[in-house]
Amino acid sequence: MPRWFSDSILIRVAVVGFVCLAATSAVGQTPTYRAPRTAGGKPDLNGIWQALNTANWDLQGHAAGAGPVPSLGAVFATPPGLGVVEGDEIPYLPQAAAKKKQNQASWVMLDPEVKCYLPGVPRATYLPYPFQIVQSQNVIMISYEYAGAVRVINMQAPTKAPAESWMGWSNGHWEGDTLVIDVTSQNDETWFDRAGNFHSDALHVVERYTPLGADTLSYEATIEDSKVFSRPWKISMPLYRRVEKNARLLEFRCVEFAEELLYGHLRKKPGN
Amino acid sequence: MSHRWHPSTAALATAILLLLFVQGPVAGQTASSTTKRPTAGKGWTTPRTPDGKPDLEGIWTNATLTPLERRKGVGTKEFYTDQEFAELARRVRNGDVGEEADIGAAAPQALRYDLSLYGFDLTKATFASNKRTSLIVGPEGVVPPMLPEAIKRNAEIAAKNKGHEFDGHENRPLQERCILLGQERLPMVASANDNNLLQIVQGPGWVAMLHEINHHTRVIPTDARPHVAPTIRQWQGDSVGRWEGNTLVVDTTNFTGLTVNFRGSGEKLHLVERFTRISNDTILYQFTVDDPTTWARPWTAEIPLTKTEGPVYEWACHEGNTMISNILRGARVAEDEAARKTAK
Repeated sequence: MPRWFSDSILIRVAVVGFVCLAATSAVGQTPTYRAPRTAGGKPDLNGIWQALNTANWDLQGHAAGAGPVPSLGAVFATPPGLGVVEGDEIPYLPQAAAKKKQNQASWVMLDPEVKCYLPGVPRATYLPYPFQIVQSQNVIMISYEYAGAVRVINMQAPTKAPAESWMGWSNGHWEGDTLVIDVTSQNDETWFDRAGNFHSDALHVVERYTPLGADTLSYEATIEDSKVFSRPWKISMPLYRRVEKNARLLEFRCVEFAEELLYGHLRKKPGN
Repeated sequence: MSHRWHPSTAALATAILLLLFVQGPVAGQTASSTTKRPTAGKGWTTPRTPDGKPDLEGIWTNATLTPLERRKGVGTKEFYTDQEFAELARRVRNGDVGEEADIGAAAPQALRYDLSLYGFDLTKATFASNKRTSLIVGPEGVVPPMLPEAIKRNAEIAAKNKGHEFDGHENRPLQERCILLGQERLPMVASANDNNLLQIVQGPGWVAMLHEINHHTRVIPTDARPHVAPTIRQWQGDSVGRWEGNTLVVDTTNFTGLTVNFRGSGEKLHLVERFTRISNDTILYQFTVDDPTTWARPWTAEIPLTKTEGPVYEWACHEGNTMISNILRGARVAEDEAARKTAK
């Protein structure tokens, strides 16, 4: 056998083996994948990430639907989605279920996203905009493109919220390769999606970010709110790295896009 | 919401006068530390992040006793003597500052706040160690005169809105609309106001800066990449950074032409900021601004950023903005009343 042949076979075997390995770790949630470490020795979640699903339209499975403004045709129609809720059921208490229906019926009037309000957690994660994790030792910052929302996660001994807020109070810790964030003290103004899914100020969210491969994270959020739900429930989805070489968060200061809706009726009337 | 901003402070925003409430004396630091090449106490070395970069992390305040522009009468003197500074500090502590910037120092927040209500005891306040007579460096110590074309440009913008100030939300100032507040504008100049905390978080290849005011966050790449396309204009421009020795250098362009930018500048505003950790408790923040359509020459200022306690609160401005609707509603009511009177 010529020398060049055996060499190329060897190289091919090596390449195929590598590709298989890479493919295995990226696809299934192989527990064998070990995330690269930061200089500080923690799993490295730094990067710009984005969900690629329709959870922001409706956490539950949904068929495609017409958009809120008929004259806009297909452009703002609701894309269909398989849903991200475990078991596809959100366990509303009876009264809360009625409120959810009302919310959904008039979501354009009521959804805080329409008004460019801060999105709360977990919705910030799966809004159709990227977000960036800037990971340090004692804190991890998550900066969201939408409305310039931001959270600083405390990675030291847990602290208590000084006050309730739109984005809540985040204490994090590592469980193996998983970043676990406990979020409390969110106000009752935010929603989960455009389908009117909502919560109260008793909301408690536990998020889990687990690297699945170099460019994929698994995101899970367990949602607990005894005023609204009969039991805790869970959503899960992959998050994808924005791999563009020049990936950046840009300004999406949406206040100016919501002003006409909020203040337009107070404009000076012609002739006055 | 904490919409405590008041339009009258717009004028004050440039006066930049605020006491610095440091918890204790700034260790190993003197005025001369900000004169030339900043050095800290003996044996002190720049702290590093685990990946070896200068560590700028923490919560910082740019509150300072020093005005942006040097008051008239100080001449070309760039620094107060120890004696002058002590006298200045004594007068400020006693609330004896007279007219705004009379002595080149802070008219305390008592203008709008009862300081004792917020736990600020002036008699116990410690002042910044910066003995500069103005934040602007150099013999002039003032912003260079504005070019005629800039005066004309800004006058036209103002004239356009004149008589229409209350017509609709787009006629109101950006800060009132929670789009861009005075203190979140770049460069970061201290203002006679509250919520001027800055939290810096560093990840590999990026430095994030969260301003408490309006939760404005800049996530700055430090790989010296080029700016985004010139077609992308942003309220806060586009910031890209690089490390030069122990200094983080941040270059910002791509400002929008939709508003009058820093000190009357236009969309050609070019900002270079330098962040250097000069002691455990201090980052020296230097900025140079240039805009050939506004000033005949670039100008430079420096401000000590002093380490402070957190937490940084969520400053949700827009979510609680009842002010803008109240102002517009008030204007409509006044118009209706005027119309009724005329009809009588």
